[in-house]
Amino acid sequence: MISINSIKKGIVIDHISAGLGIEIFEYLQLQGADYIVALIMNAPSKKIGKKDIIKIENELDIDLRKLGLIDPNITINFIENETITKKIKLEIPTKVENVIYCKNPRCVTSVEEYIPHIFHLVDGKERLYRCEYCDDIVRFKDL
Amino acid sequence: MLKAKHLLDPMDFSVEEMDEIFQLANQIISNPQDFSHICDGKILATLFYEPSTRTRLSFEAAMLRLGGSVIGFSEASSSSTAKGESIADTIRVVDCYADIAVMRHYKEGAPKIAAQYSSIPIINAGDGGHQHPTQTLTDLLTIKNIKGRLSNLTIGVCGDLKFGRTVHSLIKAMSRYSNVKFVLISPEELKVPNYIISEVLEKNNIEYMETNTMEEVIGELDILYMTRVQRERFFNEEDYIRLKDSYILDSDKMKLASENMIVMHPLPRVNEIAYEVDNDPRAYYFKQAKFGMYVRMALMIKLLGLM
Repeated sequence: MISINSIKKGIVIDHISAGLGIEIFEYLQLQGADYIVALIMNAPSKKIGKKDIIKIENELDIDLRKLGLIDPNITINFIENETITKKIKLEIPTKVENVIYCKNPRCVTSVEEYIPHIFHLVDGKERLYRCEYCDDIVRFKDL
Repeated sequence: MLKAKHLLDPMDFSVEEMDEIFQLANQIISNPQDFSHICDGKILATLFYEPSTRTRLSFEAAMLRLGGSVIGFSEASSSSTAKGESIADTIRVVDCYADIAVMRHYKEGAPKIAAQYSSIPIINAGDGGHQHPTQTLTDLLTIKNIKGRLSNLTIGVCGDLKFGRTVHSLIKAMSRYSNVKFVLISPEELKVPNYIISEVLEKNNIEYMETNTMEEVIGELDILYMTRVQRERFFNEEDYIRLKDSYILDSDKMKLASENMIVMHPLPRVNEIAYEVDNDPRAYYFKQAKFGMYVRMALMIKLLGLM
């Protein structure tokens, strides 16, 4: 068993579905971090069998909607003095703005650049979202 | 009084509000003189970024018959869009001049943006292959007046169901009435979009079937709603040529239909309904166009809060 020290102050992103840790690591641009970061992959989990974990020894402003889109199973623990001060269980967002972008060439957002790209959740299990303007339904992974 | 300020989507009005509009349209049909000055001093702006004859003239005729006036443009090249102006800026200027605006645009969702920046009512007169709610009002008034009901109907929609915005709006609107069944007749490449299947038909438990042959199903229909394969929706001319003659309704096919079935079409037609069908008493598409003007008169009266 690999041992990784607990962090004094920062964030632990827990219960990441195994395999998605790298995607989240890259989304948070942690590869260029100048503070302590740990990506743990395939850790045993009673809840989901195997999980990834990211530990960040720093305060970060994280877009929880985007993280919820990538993996709604995630728990975010905020750490102060080596203890958890706040825990957030992510959910798949019902509405996202400028997080995902409409690729329908017929959609008005393809020409009116000042318009926010708004999507509404249609099916959480399938991660299907509907464009506010053209009603195009897309799977999050297809975007 | 309508709750919604704009008409962007056929579902913007409740069934009861739609009914109010149909009742008013029928009052106008019965006594047009009673409404000939109701819009005195009102100005309609027609913002047509895409060519249209029927819808634009229908709106213009509707406002003129109500005593109002009309300003506007009939193609994007003759508007400030050609200079690069955004929809948001155009509508904020039009807002200063007109009391109500109707917009047709080649991009899907454009009227929604106009509504976000407008203080006057915006009517969607067709946005790309997306929605065409005033055609739906036209279609529903036609069905109600000719068939005498909006429920217990088997409706066949035939042709371009992928880009045919009138079809999308019709299916959405009719999904709110009881015991309506849809028979979707199209080539594989022009089937209805997934969001209509999942978000409208399946979500509301509406019975539907998809087929690519008209002859097998025409005998079961109360209404046959024909559509044109639209050249302007294709990025590839070859695909258009391959699909444009998929379905042609002629007298032989009409023999297979019930004597009570009615034929509707949002027009313009190209060749999907043979001219010989025009004389069939079941052909209602030109009467449908006339209902369109009356329902637009009723819609504008309601959106302007005049009744």
